[in-house]
Amino acid sequence: VTSPRGAFISLFVNFLVELTALATTCRFRAAIMMASSYNAKDEDGHITVSGPGGGTLRSKKPENTAFKQQRLPAWQPILTAGTVLPAFFIIGLLFIPIGIGLFVTSNNIKEFEVDYTGIDMSSPCFNCSQNFSWNSTRPCTCTIPFYLDQPYESNVYVYYGLSNFYQNHRRYVKSRDDSQLNGDVNSLMSPSKECEPYAFHENKPIAPCGAIANSMFNDTLELFYNDPNGTRIPIPLNTTGIAWWTDKHVKFGNPGGNPNLTAAFQGTTKPLNWRRPVYELDADPGNNGFINEDFIVWMRTAALPTFRKLYRIINKKSSMVPTLPRGNYTLEVVYNYPVRSFEGRKRVILSTISWMGGKNPFLGIAYITVGSVCFFLGVVLLIVHHKCGNRNNSADISN
Amino acid sequence: MTWRSPLALVRDALRGQRAREKDLRNLASNLPYEGLEKAKQPNCYFPGNAIKTTKYTLLLFIPMNLFEQFHRLANIYFVGLAILNFVPVVSAFQPGVALIPICVILSLTALKDALEDFRRYQSDRKLNNTPCFIYSRKEQQFIKRHWKDVRVGDFVKVVCNEIVPADLLLLHTSDPNGVCHIETSNLDGETNLKQRKMMSGVCISDLTVQRMFLTFSCCREKPNKEKVGAGIESLLLRGCTVRNTDHAVGFVVYAGHETKAMLNNKGPRYKRSKLERKLNTDVIFCVILLFTMCLIGALGHFLWLQALPGVPPYLVPDGNGHLDSPSLSGFYMFFTMIILSAILIPISLYVSIELVRIGQIFFITNDIDLHDEGTDSRVQCKALNITEDLGQIEYIFSDKTGTLTENKMVFRRCSIMGTEYAHKENAIRLAVLDVPVSEEEVILNQQPRPPRIGWSLDTEDSNPEDKWHHHDNRRKSKVTGNAQSDAAFSSLLEAEVIPDRKLLQQISRAESSSSSRNIDPYLDFFLGLAICNTVVVSMATARRQRVSGFSRSDQTSSPLDTLSSLVKKSGSLQHIFPSWQHKPKKNRTISEDSVEEEDHVKPPVKIEGSGDTNKLRTCSLHTPSQSAMTPDNLSYEAESPDEAALVYAAKAYGFTLLARTPECVTVRLPSGEDLVFEVLDTLTFDYNRKRMSVLVRHPITKEYVLYTKGADHAIMELLGTPYTEYLSGKQKNIAANTQHHLDCYAKEGLRTLCFTKKVVSDKAYESWSVNRQRALAAIDNREELVMDTAVQLETDLSLLGATGIEDRLQESVPETIMALREAGIQVWVLTGDKTETAVNIGYACRLLEEEDLVINMSCGNKFACTSMLDCTLEEVRRYSEDPRNVDTTQNISLVIDGRTLTMALSSDLQKRFVDLAKRCRTVLCCRVTPLQKSRVVTVVREQLNVMTLAVGDGANDVSMIQAANVGIGISGQEGMQAVMASDFAISRFKHLKKLLLVHGHWCYTRLANMLIYFFYKNVAYVNLLFWHQFLCGFSGSAMIDYWLMIFFNLFFTSVPPIMFGIMDKDVSAEMLLGVPELYRTGQGAGEYTFTTFWISMLDAFYQSLVCFFIPYLAYRDSDIDVFTFGTPLNTISFFTILLHLSIEIKAWTVVHWVIMLGSVALYFIVTLAYSAICVTCNPPSNPYWILQRQMADPMFYLLCIITTVVALLPRYMFHVLRNSIAPSPLVKARHLDRLDPSTRDQCMKEWRSFRGIAHVRPFRLSTPPSPTLETPVDIHPHSSATSDIMWDERHH
Repeated sequence: VTSPRGAFISLFVNFLVELTALATTCRFRAAIMMASSYNAKDEDGHITVSGPGGGTLRSKKPENTAFKQQRLPAWQPILTAGTVLPAFFIIGLLFIPIGIGLFVTSNNIKEFEVDYTGIDMSSPCFNCSQNFSWNSTRPCTCTIPFYLDQPYESNVYVYYGLSNFYQNHRRYVKSRDDSQLNGDVNSLMSPSKECEPYAFHENKPIAPCGAIANSMFNDTLELFYNDPNGTRIPIPLNTTGIAWWTDKHVKFGNPGGNPNLTAAFQGTTKPLNWRRPVYELDADPGNNGFINEDFIVWMRTAALPTFRKLYRIINKKSSMVPTLPRGNYTLEVVYNYPVRSFEGRKRVILSTISWMGGKNPFLGIAYITVGSVCFFLGVVLLIVHHKCGNRNNSADISN
Repeated sequence: MTWRSPLALVRDALRGQRAREKDLRNLASNLPYEGLEKAKQPNCYFPGNAIKTTKYTLLLFIPMNLFEQFHRLANIYFVGLAILNFVPVVSAFQPGVALIPICVILSLTALKDALEDFRRYQSDRKLNNTPCFIYSRKEQQFIKRHWKDVRVGDFVKVVCNEIVPADLLLLHTSDPNGVCHIETSNLDGETNLKQRKMMSGVCISDLTVQRMFLTFSCCREKPNKEKVGAGIESLLLRGCTVRNTDHAVGFVVYAGHETKAMLNNKGPRYKRSKLERKLNTDVIFCVILLFTMCLIGALGHFLWLQALPGVPPYLVPDGNGHLDSPSLSGFYMFFTMIILSAILIPISLYVSIELVRIGQIFFITNDIDLHDEGTDSRVQCKALNITEDLGQIEYIFSDKTGTLTENKMVFRRCSIMGTEYAHKENAIRLAVLDVPVSEEEVILNQQPRPPRIGWSLDTEDSNPEDKWHHHDNRRKSKVTGNAQSDAAFSSLLEAEVIPDRKLLQQISRAESSSSSRNIDPYLDFFLGLAICNTVVVSMATARRQRVSGFSRSDQTSSPLDTLSSLVKKSGSLQHIFPSWQHKPKKNRTISEDSVEEEDHVKPPVKIEGSGDTNKLRTCSLHTPSQSAMTPDNLSYEAESPDEAALVYAAKAYGFTLLARTPECVTVRLPSGEDLVFEVLDTLTFDYNRKRMSVLVRHPITKEYVLYTKGADHAIMELLGTPYTEYLSGKQKNIAANTQHHLDCYAKEGLRTLCFTKKVVSDKAYESWSVNRQRALAAIDNREELVMDTAVQLETDLSLLGATGIEDRLQESVPETIMALREAGIQVWVLTGDKTETAVNIGYACRLLEEEDLVINMSCGNKFACTSMLDCTLEEVRRYSEDPRNVDTTQNISLVIDGRTLTMALSSDLQKRFVDLAKRCRTVLCCRVTPLQKSRVVTVVREQLNVMTLAVGDGANDVSMIQAANVGIGISGQEGMQAVMASDFAISRFKHLKKLLLVHGHWCYTRLANMLIYFFYKNVAYVNLLFWHQFLCGFSGSAMIDYWLMIFFNLFFTSVPPIMFGIMDKDVSAEMLLGVPELYRTGQGAGEYTFTTFWISMLDAFYQSLVCFFIPYLAYRDSDIDVFTFGTPLNTISFFTILLHLSIEIKAWTVVHWVIMLGSVALYFIVTLAYSAICVTCNPPSNPYWILQRQMADPMFYLLCIITTVVALLPRYMFHVLRNSIAPSPLVKARHLDRLDPSTRDQCMKEWRSFRGIAHVRPFRLSTPPSPTLETPVDIHPHSSATSDIMWDERHH
């Protein structure tokens, strides 16, 4: 028996050997497995202790089944120009109409976007944007006028858009406590380590904890229609229905059965950047606390650094009047959210939606392109088939 | 139990160690010490007989198994990654989650190891508890104990058909001659009986009384693998079975793990396949790729952080609110990226490969075509990891005897005192047995076989029913012959020899002149035949019980009956002889000439039809009718089939070997007299002397007579004055004549043996015997000394005659060789036989063609050899470069003998030799030793860097089999050594065709394609994550839930590639066999090359790019969230990966459909279930209701469809265009596969004939040329050791 050090060295040498010969990895395992099923006795040097003539009676002849003899009936497609021609034309013929449909649908979606970041000196929000802090005592408000040249017929969705905001950053995505958000009382009082360093503040647990909640978008947007008469009519914005139903009803929940949210969140503190505690997010008790839809929407972290999030919905009032008629509008922004630290942009988007979501002509174009390419390839293959196809007819294989 | 000091324990342990390690062991009987405590016994230091082959113990299983498993780099790699994940700064996933895959792998392996070990434990226990009899002093008798109770120094009794429990020194047997018969099939697979003698010098007459006080010491060498040690004749090895002996008593010398059987037991051999070696380089490429990607990630993260103007809210500081510097973050990111992209190194690949190989081996062993009816044996796959090498073979090295031929020896002709006895009737009988085999086997060429034998044509013409009847007969006889062939060599063919008429007359003449009988060379010749061997005689009635349902009487007469009935039918023998003599002149053979010569010397015997037939019959029935002991039910068991054949030949002439013990040999003479010869010594055969001798004392003359038989060149140089006293004038040229006959035999492909006799004077014997005893008693250099004494005695021999034994070609050998050659495989034959024999077999099995250019290399010294090589090489080069020869089909074959080969393989000539051999289509090496065989294989393998396969059946092929990339053993007549050493064991040479052309091709194609696919799959999937890094600030985040990622590799996409690797079938077996050329696709680099690997890598990059960026563009600037974005990505890449595989799958069976659709179903079921259940179970990525939402969204389906189409379009197009514009032979074959069988066969034939195999002439049948017929005279230039090159263009 060698010393432990010797054993360690030999182990180490073994690793090195394996480094050069990765392939030996699993061989031993399988070898043993195999040996057991085929000839374990030979390998172990064991001697078969069986009576005379034992085992010789059963024939070793393999069964003549289609499976064991690898003669299962099989479909053997051969990819040649001739055989795949129809597939290409069918793809072409299917994709182009789908693409056109998608393209038209996308084009029918009306979308208006206004950037209110306030980078330019001329921008109405320039002054506000110079404010770096999250918790400036006096909210900065700016008013942005815009003109809609088309009436928006159906429901209009109001989005806020952020650019260059990496909500998909690995550390950021993790910085939340789903149990806390689900209403778990224990997690409420002792948030998980993932929330660090936004788990406790002054020895009080933060509710909701974590960086995502901490950095919640806190601008307030209001929309006014400038009547040709000169009056500013506020447009009613729906605050509910913007989050996933499952999120609001299953994934998120306020702690305890306490109808009084203030009591439920007793002993916790608000996230550092927030102006109000979580139980004061909305006056409506059905949209307050963790089940506040603005909060839920924000907590569903965006996949891409440039994203939009649903802010409000403008419901269509009646079939006769367009939801947003053509004309002048004013957007009033309470400018709280600083984006200069990451050169971000803030936008407001008004958009109608279709069955395929928001405006995005890409898919339609892609389908049309791919369809055309397939059609073209089909033609190429037709030529190829005519030139070489006959050769492949099995009759004359030797050429 | 008394207390003993630890020091004493240590001292005892050391002493025990010493006692064990000493070269000589001093053993004492246990009997005097019976009942004492163990420490006081003299043999207590030797291990007991209980064996333990388990690797683990119950308590230490977990640590030991883990230790074992962590010897594998991949496991370490993954554990390292999992640990890395616990470091907060770099962790990519939830810490615990990363442990799951490695834990799954480790625990599965541990479970399997535990099961294995348990099975071993069970079999150990069963073995250890096998009952046996040990002598006990108290009881005064043998009492029943278990194997585990046996200890060194015990006396053990073994009864008939019982297995020997430990290595025993044989002290007593029930046999009066002191012989114990054992069968060693458990050790080496040899089924013939071997004799073991009682210990000489220890004579125990009254066993029970004496043994009690016997303090018996014996000296034995330590058992090891090379040295057998003294006294092997009286050692019963553990594992042998006692046969034909009522009981035997032995003294245990080695027990348990020290027995030879256990020491010899090496673990399974591992070879690494070519594919796997290449695979490893690709794994290295993957590692490089991984590091590159990680570096890009690290650098990207650094730059991204650098570019940030401030501290954005999405940068999360660590617990103390501190942010790392960009460079440090970049450094950490490198490791995070490694964790993230870990599956780029395909850990599951190795497991999958093993699984695929298991499946492939399952199918190979279950192939009904590779099952031999005769021996009821399947193909055995002993090497578990080189199945795909079967598809890449470029060179085959084959043994001749037993591999190309049956190794069922048939006595064909003999020459006694310079006179040839052609044994024509025997030849006819063999031909009769032969013809139908060949006719059945011809597939390719339906041309009627040119009639060879006059009468067979006659019978076929006159009444066809006869022929059929006769076919039936043959088949029946063949089956019965095979049924017992594993039990003994004495198959039907060997047992039956029809004596030559002339020789019979000669013998009876010699016998009648009784005065001269003792010196009559004819009688001596047959006595030599009967005595000079090591054949064991056993009575059919007293045969081993193992062989059941065996009766000899059924078979003995059948061929004779066939013949005589045929003779009757065809009227008389007259039919036979004239047809021979009227053969056209040009087809005459030497032997025919010699027959005619003979006829000149002696007046031709007038053949009277009926009378002669009767005579023939009486002759053959001569022996049985006379003997009371009915030698009919004698059966002979020989170590080599030649010996049995010779003994049967002697028996046919009335010289029946009745019994053989180590002390005496009993032979019955034709006169019915039994002679008992005292055997004084047996000089056994070895490869250096190439002969064996038996020294006997003649019972009548009391002379010491040495009968020697051996290879002609080993004998001829030892000849003294040949029988001068007998008819001195006429017989001067006996040696010359015999040599001439020997050459003729060799040319006919017969194996030749010379028989000599020597009368040793009393004085010479006395002095020699002293030397001999000394040599036998020696401990050092024993073998050398023994051989020297043998050489001393074997001088001044007088030649009696020579025999020609035919070793028939196995069925379908020529077709197999043709097919292998068309498959681009070069076939070399390495044989120990004479050049002429080898060349003739070469022609017979179509290794050499009639119009081939045969270069015969044989030279005496190195200088000649060098110049000859240069010269030949120059010539061959010029020949091949000559534009006139471009379209000729002539091929070059090289025949080289052992001596020249040694020189050619010397380091300075090696290159030239290999260069020459490369240009030859066939190389025939004759008279090579086992060592040379392996040398040739090694040289070719290393110099040409090709895949080699060696096939052989005997112990002399073992080294060659081990040297080759793939070693194939043929379980034939010569024991199991070759099979034991081999990677694959088959039972017939013809099986090689399907094994290589079909299974080799399939295994290779399947595995190669699977490997490429596997690499592709991992890269394609991991790259999705990589592309995501560009959009998440290289922060190492994943958009796919980690559990789903694990499931993706573990469940969703793991089974289809394994199924693909086991079951895909690119071309049908019929097609592969019909067009051997298809095999070439696997040779050399094959399908799995550098290019294919990188093409698939590029494709993987392209596909992952498409799979990522099409959804990205579609979801750009929308409110999509991270995991909702990941779900379609996962689904898309799942479909892309599966559909990619379905493009590659060539044949869709039910299994394929079930597995592919099952995978899809599994994906959706598992993912949906997971998304429905997991609300907060896996923070932060809880995929709750994501897939459900996605599946309700038409965008999801639209995306899936278009992305998959775009991703697969290039590959699909590539396949289509390649198959249409430049179809590979495989694709053409697949086209043919779809035709109906008859058209397909037609096309196959056309294809073959087109591919330069146009020169395939009418097929010559598998039988070797019948010796008296058709064999051209000038087969080959005489290999008269000249250093000239013989250019011998055969013209027909």
